[in-house]
Amino acid sequence: MPRNRKYLCLVTAVAAVTLVMVGCGGSDDNGGELSGTVRLDGSSTVAPLSEAAAELFQNENPDVQVTVGTSGTGGGFEKFCNGETEISDASRPIADDEVEACGANGISFEQITVANDALSVLVNPENPVDCLSAEQLNQIWAPGSKVKSWGEIDALEPAYDESLELYGPGTDSGTFDYFTDAINGEEGAQRTDYNNIGEDDNTGIVGVEGSPGGMFYVGFSYYVENQDRVKALAVDGGDGCVEPSLETVQGGTYTPLGRGLFIYPSGAALEKPEVLAFVQFYIENQAEIAEAAGYIPLTDEQEEEALAKVESLTS
Amino acid sequence: MADEGTPRSAQLAVAGARSATRDALTASSHQDRVTGAVFFALLLLGLGTALLGLVTILIWSFVEGAPRLDAELITNGPSTLSPETAGFRTAILGSIYVILGVIVLIVPLGVGAAIYLEEYADPERWWNRVIELNIQNLAGVPSIVYGILGLAFIVRGPLDLGFVVAAASLTVALLVLPTVIIASREAIRAVPRSIREGALALGATEWQTTSRQVLPIAVPGILTGVILAVARAIGEAAPLLLVGAVTFATFNPSLFEGGYSTLPVLIYNYASRPQEEFRVLAAAGVIVMLVLLLAMNSFAVWLRNRYEQNW
Amino acid sequence: MVASDYAASGERAGVSPRPRLEATSPRYGEKAIKAFLFSCAALSVAITTAIVISLLLPTASFFEQVSPVEFLTGTEWAPAFADASFGVLPIVVGTLTVVFWALIVAIPVGLASGIYLAEYAPRHVRKVIKPALEVLAGIPTVAIGLFALVFLRPLVEDVLPFLEWRGPFSVGVAGIAVGLMIVPLISSISDDAMRSVPGGLREGAYALGATKFEVSTRVVFPAAISGIVAAIVLAASRAIGETMVVLLAAGASPNLTFDPTASILTMTAFIGQTATGDIATGTIQYDTIFAVGALLFVMTLTMNLFAIRLVRRFREIYE
Repeated sequence: MPRNRKYLCLVTAVAAVTLVMVGCGGSDDNGGELSGTVRLDGSSTVAPLSEAAAELFQNENPDVQVTVGTSGTGGGFEKFCNGETEISDASRPIADDEVEACGANGISFEQITVANDALSVLVNPENPVDCLSAEQLNQIWAPGSKVKSWGEIDALEPAYDESLELYGPGTDSGTFDYFTDAINGEEGAQRTDYNNIGEDDNTGIVGVEGSPGGMFYVGFSYYVENQDRVKALAVDGGDGCVEPSLETVQGGTYTPLGRGLFIYPSGAALEKPEVLAFVQFYIENQAEIAEAAGYIPLTDEQEEEALAKVESLTS
Repeated sequence: MADEGTPRSAQLAVAGARSATRDALTASSHQDRVTGAVFFALLLLGLGTALLGLVTILIWSFVEGAPRLDAELITNGPSTLSPETAGFRTAILGSIYVILGVIVLIVPLGVGAAIYLEEYADPERWWNRVIELNIQNLAGVPSIVYGILGLAFIVRGPLDLGFVVAAASLTVALLVLPTVIIASREAIRAVPRSIREGALALGATEWQTTSRQVLPIAVPGILTGVILAVARAIGEAAPLLLVGAVTFATFNPSLFEGGYSTLPVLIYNYASRPQEEFRVLAAAGVIVMLVLLLAMNSFAVWLRNRYEQNW
Repeated sequence: MVASDYAASGERAGVSPRPRLEATSPRYGEKAIKAFLFSCAALSVAITTAIVISLLLPTASFFEQVSPVEFLTGTEWAPAFADASFGVLPIVVGTLTVVFWALIVAIPVGLASGIYLAEYAPRHVRKVIKPALEVLAGIPTVAIGLFALVFLRPLVEDVLPFLEWRGPFSVGVAGIAVGLMIVPLISSISDDAMRSVPGGLREGAYALGATKFEVSTRVVFPAAISGIVAAIVLAASRAIGETMVVLLAAGASPNLTFDPTASILTMTAFIGQTATGDIATGTIQYDTIFAVGALLFVMTLTMNLFAIRLVRRFREIYE
C-alpha cells in the first residue's frame, strides 16, 4: 500500500533525524586529566546540591562521570554500605543499624556537612501572627495534641481564631525526623491528625496558600521560591523571635530549626583521586553550590571542619 | 394494484397482508428506535468523556510545558545550575534503551506463555491453573514490589547485573509481562476453532497450526497488549529508582555498564522541586515522553491495522 | 483381494505403503517447542516465588514484633511515629476507596467506548479513536497526578460545592483520575474481544429481527464476556497498584474515612513512599513495607481467584 509506505518512510526519517540530534548532542572535549566514575545516591533533599556540585566539577573535569541517584537516605545508605556507591547523600545522620551494616562490610566513612538548611514554618499571608515560640509549636504539634484552632494556642499575639489546618512532610523524610526531634523532643513524636503531603512539598504550599489557618513546615528553599504566596514565621527558641535567613542560620540564632545536610564519602572511595578531588571541590565551592540549589552555605568554620574530616579519612 | 375483477374482500386482504409484512420487515417499532437512539447516545457520552479527559490532560500538559519547548530540550543533558537550558538528552536515550530491551523480552516471553496456556495446556491440570492464577495475580502487584524484586535478584543476587540498563529492562519487563500475556491470551482464544481444526485435519502439527494459522490472525490483539504494556513501561519511575536509575547523568547510557537515567524518573524529581523553572521543565519532559510514546504507538498501530481481519 | 494384499503388492511394485494416522517420527521439535512455551508460562510462577521469598523473611520478622491481630484489625496507621501503631485498616480502606471511584468512572466509560468501537464505529473512525484512547494509558502518572491536583480538583469543587472541601487533597478526585487512566485497558481489550465474536452470530440475530441495540447487548456482549471480565480485572489490578497519582492527588494521611473529599493513604502509596524515603533499611518501619506488600498480595490473589471462577462459569455457557 503506497500510502502507508510513504507514511512509514516519513516516520522513520523523522525518528532517524531525532535520534541523530539526540545522540550527537553531547560535547566532546578533553580537559583535565582526572577520569573515572563517582556515584552518589541517597536523599532527594540533598540531591540538588550534589547535582550542582557534579555539574560544576564536570565542567572542569569532563572525563569524570558523576551520577546522582535519589533512592532516599535509607536506600542510599543501603547501597553505600554494600559498596555500590562512593558517596551517600543524607538529610539525617546515619542510623545505628546502618552503622552496623557498614561496619560488617568494612566500609569506613565520615559525616561531612555540605550545606545548612532552615526548617521554615509557613503560614497563610493573611495570618497576623508573626512569631511562635518553640513551646507554642510544641503545643500545636505534640503527640496527642487536641489544638484545633489558632485561638486555643497559649499566649498567642495577636489574637487569631481560624481553625488550624496542619500540613506536614511524609513520615519517611528527614524533615519530619528533625522537626519532631527539635520541637517535640523525640524523633517521630508528633500528632497524627495532620495533612501528610506525601511526595511533593509544593502541595503543602498550595494547601497553606488556600487556607487562612494553614501551617506547614518545610525546608528553606521552598520558602524562598514562594515568598509571594506564603509567610514564614519567626521562631523563638528561647532568645527572642528569629526569622529564617542566611545570616540567622549561619549565625546559629535560628534555633532550634536550623539543620545541616550531609554527605558520607567512604574511606575506600576517597583513595581514588577523582573521588577525593570531587569531595574537596564540593566543600571548597559549597557557597556557589548551596546558592544554586536554594540552601544556606556553610560558615568558614564549618568549611574548615569539613576539609579536616576529609583529611582524616585519607591519612 | 388489484384488478377490477377481484372481489373487494380479496383486495382488502391483500392490502392488509402487504402492510403487515412491510411492518414486520422494515423499520422497527417506535419503542425500539428510541431505545436504540438512547443507547447510542449513552455510548457516545461514555466515549466522549474519555476523549474529553484525554484532550484536557494533553492540552494542560502542553500549556504547562510550552515555555520550554525548544531544541535544547532534547540535545542538552540535565543541569541543576541552569534549568532554563537543561535538556533531557540522556534520559531520552536511557528510556529508549530500556523500552527496546523490554519489548525484546516481553514479546517472545509473553506470547510464548499465552500460546502455551491457550493451545497446549490442559485446563484441568492443577499446575496450569496455578500458572493462570499466578499471571493474573502478578498484574496487580504494585510496581515498587517489582523494584524490590529487581534489586534483590537482578541487580544483586543470582543475576548480579549491577545498576545498568539491562537490569532495568528486565525489571520493567517482568512488571508488564502479565498485561501482554492476558491480552495475547484473549487474542489467541478469539481465533475460531474451525481454523485450528482445519489445519490439524490437513496434517499440520500443533506448532505448525499455531505458528502459521493461529498467530497471524491473533497478531492485532497481541499488538494491543504490547502497546498497552509499552505505554505502562515507559512511564514507570518508582521501581527504576530502586534498581539504579539516577536523576543526574550527563553521559549517554550503554546497555551493560554505567549509570543511566530515564524520563519519568527525571520528571518525577523535577516536579517536586521548589523552583518554578524545574516544574516547567518537568511539564516539558511530559510532552517529550508523550511524543516518544506516540511514535512507538503509531508504529505498532500501523502494524496492527495491516493485520486486522473481520470475520 | 484383501487390503493386506494391496499393501504387499504395492511394496513389491515399488509404490509407497498405505499411509498411517499416527506420527511416523517422534517429533522432537514439537516437544522442544512445547517445553520452551511451558517455561515461558512457568516463568510467572518463578516470579511469584521470588516475590514471596523477598517478602517472607522481613514479614516474618515484622510479625515477631507486631501481633497479626493488631495489624489486621487496628484502626490507627502510624508506623513511623515514636508511639507507633500498626493497624492496617486505614490504608486498606484507602486502597479500596480509590479502586471504587476508579472503577465507577472506568467501567461505564471503558465499556461504552469499547462497545462503540466494536459495533458502531465506522472503520476509519475506529482506526483513529482506538489508538487515541491508548495514548491515555501512556501519559506519565506524574502528569496525571499533577493534573488531578491542579486542574481536576478545583473543577470538581466548582461543580459540587456542597461537599465539604478542605485542603488540596481528595480521594474522590484521585480515584477519578486513576479511572480515566485505566479506561484504555477496558476499552481496547473488550473491543478486541467483541470484534472477535463471529459475524455469523450477529447476522443470525439480525435475520431474526433484532435491533442493533439488542444485538450489541444481548448477543455480542455476552459472547465476549470472558474477554470483557479479563479486561476489567486487569484494570482493577492496575488501579490497585497505582502509586503516583494517588500520592499527588490524595496526599498521604492514613485517614479511615469514606468521605470522597478526604485525604487518604493507599497501601501502594505507603510502600512507594517508604521504600524511596529516608527510613533506614532493617528497621521495623522499613519491614512494614513487606508486611503491607504481603497483605496486598494476598488481597489481589483472593480477588483474582474469585474473578477466574466467575469467568469460567460464564465461559462454559457460551462456548
